[in-house]
Amino acid sequence: MSRPIVIIGAGQGGLQAAESLRSAKFEGSILLLGDEKYLPYNRPPLSKAFLLRECERDQLTIRQAPVFEKKRITLETGVRVEKIDPGNHTLMCNDGRTIGYEKVIIATGSRARSLPIANVDVEGVHCIRTLDDTLKIQAELETTKNLVVVGGGFIGLEMAAVARKLGKVVTVVEFADRLMARVVSPMISDYYKNIHESHGVDVRLNAQAGEIIAKDGCVQGVKLSDGEELPADMVVLGVGVRPNQELAQEAGLICEGGIVIDHKGRTSDPDIYAIGDCTAQKLSDGSFLRLESVQNAVELAKAAANDIMGNDKPFVAAPWFWSDQYDVTLQMVGLSGGYDTAVLRGDLGSASFSYFYFKQGSLIAVDSLNQSSDHMAGRKLLGGANSLTPDTAQDLSYNLRDAIG
Amino acid sequence: MVKINFIEADGSETELDVQDGWSLMQAAVSNGVEGIEAECGGSCCCATCHCYVDEAYLDKLEAANDKELGMLEETVAERKDNSRLACQVKVTPEMDGMTVHLPEVQS
Repeated sequence: MSRPIVIIGAGQGGLQAAESLRSAKFEGSILLLGDEKYLPYNRPPLSKAFLLRECERDQLTIRQAPVFEKKRITLETGVRVEKIDPGNHTLMCNDGRTIGYEKVIIATGSRARSLPIANVDVEGVHCIRTLDDTLKIQAELETTKNLVVVGGGFIGLEMAAVARKLGKVVTVVEFADRLMARVVSPMISDYYKNIHESHGVDVRLNAQAGEIIAKDGCVQGVKLSDGEELPADMVVLGVGVRPNQELAQEAGLICEGGIVIDHKGRTSDPDIYAIGDCTAQKLSDGSFLRLESVQNAVELAKAAANDIMGNDKPFVAAPWFWSDQYDVTLQMVGLSGGYDTAVLRGDLGSASFSYFYFKQGSLIAVDSLNQSSDHMAGRKLLGGANSLTPDTAQDLSYNLRDAIG
Repeated sequence: MVKINFIEADGSETELDVQDGWSLMQAAVSNGVEGIEAECGGSCCCATCHCYVDEAYLDKLEAANDKELGMLEETVAERKDNSRLACQVKVTPEMDGMTVHLPEVQS
């Protein structure tokens, strides 16, 4: 019997890779290995609707079990791959099995970063990465009064928004001088600081968690590096993720803060692909692009499956992301870092507007708040040639779609 | 349970018993109905769960909000009067027997 294509990691990317292989008419066997005990599920709601109990656990599951059978995808949950042996085309699993492979797609994702501070591993200190993480937080929130969120990025701020809706006392501690500094412009950062403060969050910028204060193995608070003590019966760390690249590294694949791939998910080994959060995509100018998003998982999965099947369908679309906080949806397309001109389309006071970012006259990104139409136009504009200028972008009487092409 | 009939672009039909309160997207995707991608998982952020609902039932559905209407402006398949994003349509008992047509492409 021929060897299977093995997909390591049964998250959104891994599942997509399996299904895309079938859609591209791959007839051989597909083995999808996940180290969590659950069927593949949607992660974004873990810090949003699901955390707030607005949807049920079953609703996170992407496909029910019979679908895997129908598509002849062998899904094994609770299995961790411990080693890849590219020379022999085999994998070693934590249950002692050795599995031969034809091709491997690594979709191991990322893990939450921790902080090198005292007492970070006591009861009541959490991160949000898996369903189990959120289930634990949900349960503890019932009795939590004071929450300190360390890290003012998407995850931390989504957590803060949920906790405020539940009436908790919330402080956000952010090391940088503004919120979500890695991905959004200072204008958006300021806007979100105001939103959170108007909802009663104590936002501390330029603040550093020095240690977790603990008593009897339980969290009591956070001591900032300036000595101030913030009381807390729950602390959530939202300080970024690390790519799960060790398997690849030990197998001798090139890694640069992520498994190095091209726009088709190809690694430095011709029979090994990698997709999603665990990767760093090498761009044509030699720089590396690390994205942690659903789109990056799903689109690279499609590109890799297609490449295996001999179809040339690289992932080249502009990156997009979103974040739900309170009743505001922030949708971003493109990467705004390095812009030289930013223009506002709409009215800041209306709570529904977009910023368009330009670099040397060319549109590079659009951030939209409760303005999904601009976001979708932005995807079209950034997907190819466009003639949008700062003047037309801020002119509400101008139809953005006229600039496409 | 509410009966919803999904018809894909190639004509294949899947009748599902959907739990009250689930979205049309969740019902279709979890049961492996092709023709819906739902990349964002139901956050109204990707427009890849575009569907056409039975016109006879249109008035039984809660109207689309601004966010959904904005996303519908860029669906890949033709937008029609009965276009909706399946993730935004929560199933209610009044929808029993409704037919949902899926477009040929989502992205």
